[in-house]
Amino acid sequence: MGGGAVTESIDTRHGVILYLEDVSVSFSGYKALNKLSLAVDDGELRCLIGPNGAGKTTLMDVITGKSRPDEGSVFLGQDINLLQHDEATIARLGVGRKFQKPSVFPRQSVRDNLALAVQGHRSPWEALWYRPSSADSDRVASLLETVGLNAVAHQLAGGLSHGQKQWLEIGMLLAQEPLLLLIDEPVAGMTQQETERTAELLQSLVPQRSVVVVEHDMVFVRSIARKVTVLHEGAVLMEGSIDEVQSDSRVREVYLGEAC
Amino acid sequence: MFFQSAFARERAYQFTVGTLLCLAIGVPLSNLLLPQESSFALSSYSVSLLGKYLCYALLALALDLVWGYAGLLSLGHGAFFALGGYAMGMYLMRQIGSRGVYGDPELPDFMVFLDWQELPWYWLGFDHFSFALLMALLVPGALALLFGWLAFRSRVTGVYFSIMTQAMTFALMLAFFRNEMGFGGNNGLTDFKDILGFDMQSDAVRCGLFVATALLLLASYMGCRWMLATRFGSVVLALRDAESRVRFLGYSVASYKLVVFVVSAMLAGLAGALYVPQVGIINPGEFQPLNSIEIAIWVAVGGRGTLHGAMLGAVIIAAAETMLTARLPELWLFALGALFLLVTLLLPQGVAGLLGGRRSD
Repeated sequence: MGGGAVTESIDTRHGVILYLEDVSVSFSGYKALNKLSLAVDDGELRCLIGPNGAGKTTLMDVITGKSRPDEGSVFLGQDINLLQHDEATIARLGVGRKFQKPSVFPRQSVRDNLALAVQGHRSPWEALWYRPSSADSDRVASLLETVGLNAVAHQLAGGLSHGQKQWLEIGMLLAQEPLLLLIDEPVAGMTQQETERTAELLQSLVPQRSVVVVEHDMVFVRSIARKVTVLHEGAVLMEGSIDEVQSDSRVREVYLGEAC
Repeated sequence: MFFQSAFARERAYQFTVGTLLCLAIGVPLSNLLLPQESSFALSSYSVSLLGKYLCYALLALALDLVWGYAGLLSLGHGAFFALGGYAMGMYLMRQIGSRGVYGDPELPDFMVFLDWQELPWYWLGFDHFSFALLMALLVPGALALLFGWLAFRSRVTGVYFSIMTQAMTFALMLAFFRNEMGFGGNNGLTDFKDILGFDMQSDAVRCGLFVATALLLLASYMGCRWMLATRFGSVVLALRDAESRVRFLGYSVASYKLVVFVVSAMLAGLAGALYVPQVGIINPGEFQPLNSIEIAIWVAVGGRGTLHGAMLGAVIIAAAETMLTARLPELWLFALGALFLLVTLLLPQGVAGLLGGRRSD
């Protein structure tokens, strides 16, 4: 359970990091996902949009092992079947997930939050005897740099602003050196400046990693995305550049009344 | 604020260690060396009484570890305590030998009374002190492992976990009340004579038991503190505050909860094993669901998530109970309820919060 070596083994020779085929999930009769198929390229920054109830969160749940689909297949790279693994294993395989609500450890310092996220030492026994190596400390320092939280490294995470918490959480995800990052509505509730900083941060993450962002804010989507996937009623409605998506009549229809 | 609270925590630690060491040295000295008429001399009764309080403190420490740090409110810790107590009680029964009322060289009195012919298999080995002590740790630990594995694997948390632990201790109480179980039924185990070959009524043994309790409590406290200061402790704290984040970071939340729950159950078992020789009896009443709830009250009153607060809460309430039940027995439960309400409303961080040591942040 050391963790380090696992992420190396994702086979992306065909250029695809994540592949879903005909995935269906239903909750007591309601089809949250309906034969959804999706492929995300290695190194891509992809935006997922769609009206409420389109299945965006369920899709994230399926990829990270929180929900099990009724049918369909989910592959990481060419040959890792994600349906055979639980949440902790999927995280160790290199899939990081950022929740919509900031989810950090409020009673521990920013630095400690990142230190807990640094790879390896996951079993209780290893954690008990863990001494931070200089490599680990360097890693924490560089993460603080990346997400721009150096100045508040010693503060309790509970006292950070909303935007800072979101960046800290992204930093915690990066600490695990994921190959695929799933990020749920990162700029909801952020100020204009925070939103711009977040856009820069996300763009700096590719193409070393692949990033999938679920977002409602179309201005933000326009500022980061090269390719946008529109979900509707649990299936992919269309895929394309932001301009293609915004000029599509079906998309306008499902979004009627929503901010577009 | 972060550094200030670290400072306050350090001070509370030094104070706790100092107090326990002073008790471990001072109590036996005042009992054994001072003449009885001296106003500083402690009677043997008081030594055992203080020893009992320290057992409660150890039990409270155990519960604070799971409740205050891992956020799991176990309302079944009385069961682990009682199991540890029964393991020690079985050893003490074997020490009686042929001095029982029926004078049977092999069987304890209650088995002779039930007309049993031979010792049940699960009493084998309890002739040895070290085996009994080991069982006082392993039996509660194994029960916690099984129970916790089932509960945490299915992600049972919050109030459902608390209710299940209540059910566990209630079921064990009903089982231990049965004579066929071979643990003395209703009467439990009592009339102990010797421990390790020494007379349990002697002052030296009472003092020895007290010192052992104080030092084991000290060691357990330091052990818990050490454990919580490691990365392991950070993960435990983190999962109390944001469980799914910990899971998505790749930690197996269930294993961490399981380790904390098992360690805590073993500490509770140790507390029970130290308690029984000092009070001289163990019976199924110790499994009462109410007892387990009272432990949670000790921890809440003392201040959860501080360790020293939980220990203090146990001692304060046990001492108040001794005083009140001696004078106004019918008022005790009302006083306990009132105290719990007052602390919940006015002191959310318990007595420890009042004294300045902030909780685990």
